Amino acid sequence: LSSLSLFFNPFDNLVCILLGISLTVWFTLLLVFIIVPAIFGVSFGIRRLYMKTLLKLFEWATLRIERGAKENNHHLYKPYSNAIIAREPTSLEEEIKEIRRSGSNRDLDSAPEFEMSDIFYFARRGVESIMDDEVTKRFSAEELESWNLLTRSNNNFHYISLRLTVLWGLGLLIRYGFLLPLRVTLAFTGVGLLVFLTCLIGLLPSGRLKNFLSEKVHLMCYRICVRALTAIITYHNSENKPKNGGICVANHTSPIDVIILASDGCYAMVGQIHGGLMGVIQRSMVKACPHIWFERSEVKDRHLVAKRLSDHVEDKTKLPILIFPEGTCINNTSVMMFKKGSFDIGATVYPVAIKYDPRFGDAFWNSSKFGMVNYLLRMMSSWAIVCSVWYLPPMSREADEDAVQFANRVKAAIARQGGLVDLLWDGGLKRGKVKDTFKEEQQKLYSKMLVGTPEDRSRS
Amino acid sequence: MGFNGTSPLLDQRGELRPEDFGAIRELSMNPIGDRIISAFFSPGKETVDFASFVRILAHFHPTETSRSRDGVQPEPANSRTRKLKFAFQLYDQDRDGKISREELLQVLRTMLEMQVTEEQLQSIAERAIQEADLDQDDAISFDEFRKSLEKVDIDHKMSIRFLS
Repeated sequence: LSSLSLFFNPFDNLVCILLGISLTVWFTLLLVFIIVPAIFGVSFGIRRLYMKTLLKLFEWATLRIERGAKENNHHLYKPYSNAIIAREPTSLEEEIKEIRRSGSNRDLDSAPEFEMSDIFYFARRGVESIMDDEVTKRFSAEELESWNLLTRSNNNFHYISLRLTVLWGLGLLIRYGFLLPLRVTLAFTGVGLLVFLTCLIGLLPSGRLKNFLSEKVHLMCYRICVRALTAIITYHNSENKPKNGGICVANHTSPIDVIILASDGCYAMVGQIHGGLMGVIQRSMVKACPHIWFERSEVKDRHLVAKRLSDHVEDKTKLPILIFPEGTCINNTSVMMFKKGSFDIGATVYPVAIKYDPRFGDAFWNSSKFGMVNYLLRMMSSWAIVCSVWYLPPMSREADEDAVQFANRVKAAIARQGGLVDLLWDGGLKRGKVKDTFKEEQQKLYSKMLVGTPEDRSRS
Repeated sequence: MGFNGTSPLLDQRGELRPEDFGAIRELSMNPIGDRIISAFFSPGKETVDFASFVRILAHFHPTETSRSRDGVQPEPANSRTRKLKFAFQLYDQDRDGKISREELLQVLRTMLEMQVTEEQLQSIAERAIQEADLDQDDAISFDEFRKSLEKVDIDHKMSIRFLS
């Protein structure tokens, strides 16, 4: 045992020195390349270079998988990727003919007439649509067409080749061994600074200096958080950025949306006060500039909420309010119905469209599947989060519109810009003319089978 | 649409009403959509709870032929007879156990609406009843219905396969 201690002693010192040096180098690099640019809002362009390299890598990986799959005759993309039930794409005619064929021995072409079994087709189609409709699909994560070296986004990860597996393993090492600790450090730095500095600023008297400083501090801390997620954001049309006294409205995919928007401009946040770390952050933020936080009990009272929002909006020295009217996280392929509360207030609305690039990592938070911490860890261990933000020109409610129509108009604009599907799903949609024309088509198809088209009839 | 918490269609009471089905666009495009909706509700009731909802959907589960016929076990919802009964009730709206000529005409009308004339409808209904009505009482009972569909592959056409 004593010989072992002799063995370790000189190395002990060496190890300590090496550790010390590497830590210092590490922190200096961190400071110079990440924190200082965050403070001043400049960028070295490292992240974009990183993104380009990653894309090339993913292309290679996808090609490799496709080649491998062809060689082994695997089915690479599940044919019904988003469906719960198997729906055959056969037409009305084909299906009904099939039903009849199995039921009778008659020569079909001679007398196409009504059969009692025809109703099976319509009944089944109807119940299929009850089981699997458009709306539920929007709540699960989008499926990918290329592989980004994350097993979580590829359902059919088979062993294809040694090179690919090695690459994947290397990627795993880099992501969990290097990127994750780096990001967690940054995240803690960012949040810690936010809490600390906003508390300091809270001690100052209200005035121009306080507002100026609070703006700078908020921006700086959000920028550090953006780097903590390696988020590569492209802002479009910055001339339309929201101004004081307005309401900024955006589509919601994940809690990260807040960080993305707030690192480019200052907003007053709206939300419920939570306990724990979140609550600490909220309480310190409100010391530096007026955010709108509600107690749990106040949230149910619509009039109170509306009043506080409109009071805030009328004061032109206060920052624009940031609201996500969908009310819940959607998987970034479509925009769901907007809740009308924020459109009722009568302020100018600045719509913003956020679209995440799914090639790098799925930013959608499925709150029924993952908790917040789990989600953040997943985000921090994926390659990068790439997204685009479009600032749309401001809109106001017109004289002949009510809040719901205004909300729909804004929603359509956001969906169009972000390339998302505008789902006009509305539980209260009354039976209107639109539905009748579709029903007529079905009826036309069926009657053609039974009695032929009007031209046939007149000819015979 | 679903009953679980993440679906926006969930109504907090845990029950569905006929209006809730109206939100499904595809269903309202189906010519017999209304009849399918009313198949979920027992006569006289305005709401359906989750258990009954599932029981109706169970009619469309593929039949398992391997299950041994055990006289003691109650008949499963997806048996051939139960599927036939479901379809029969789509025709027989007043649940009197027979499809009258008028009921048949009604179904044909919803399936064809403006596309055919009234005479054509009448002649189609006439032919259908003549073929199926064996005891000549001008209506189709459930047994006659079953007999006329003897050879039809009901299991395949009235089943919806779930993907795992």
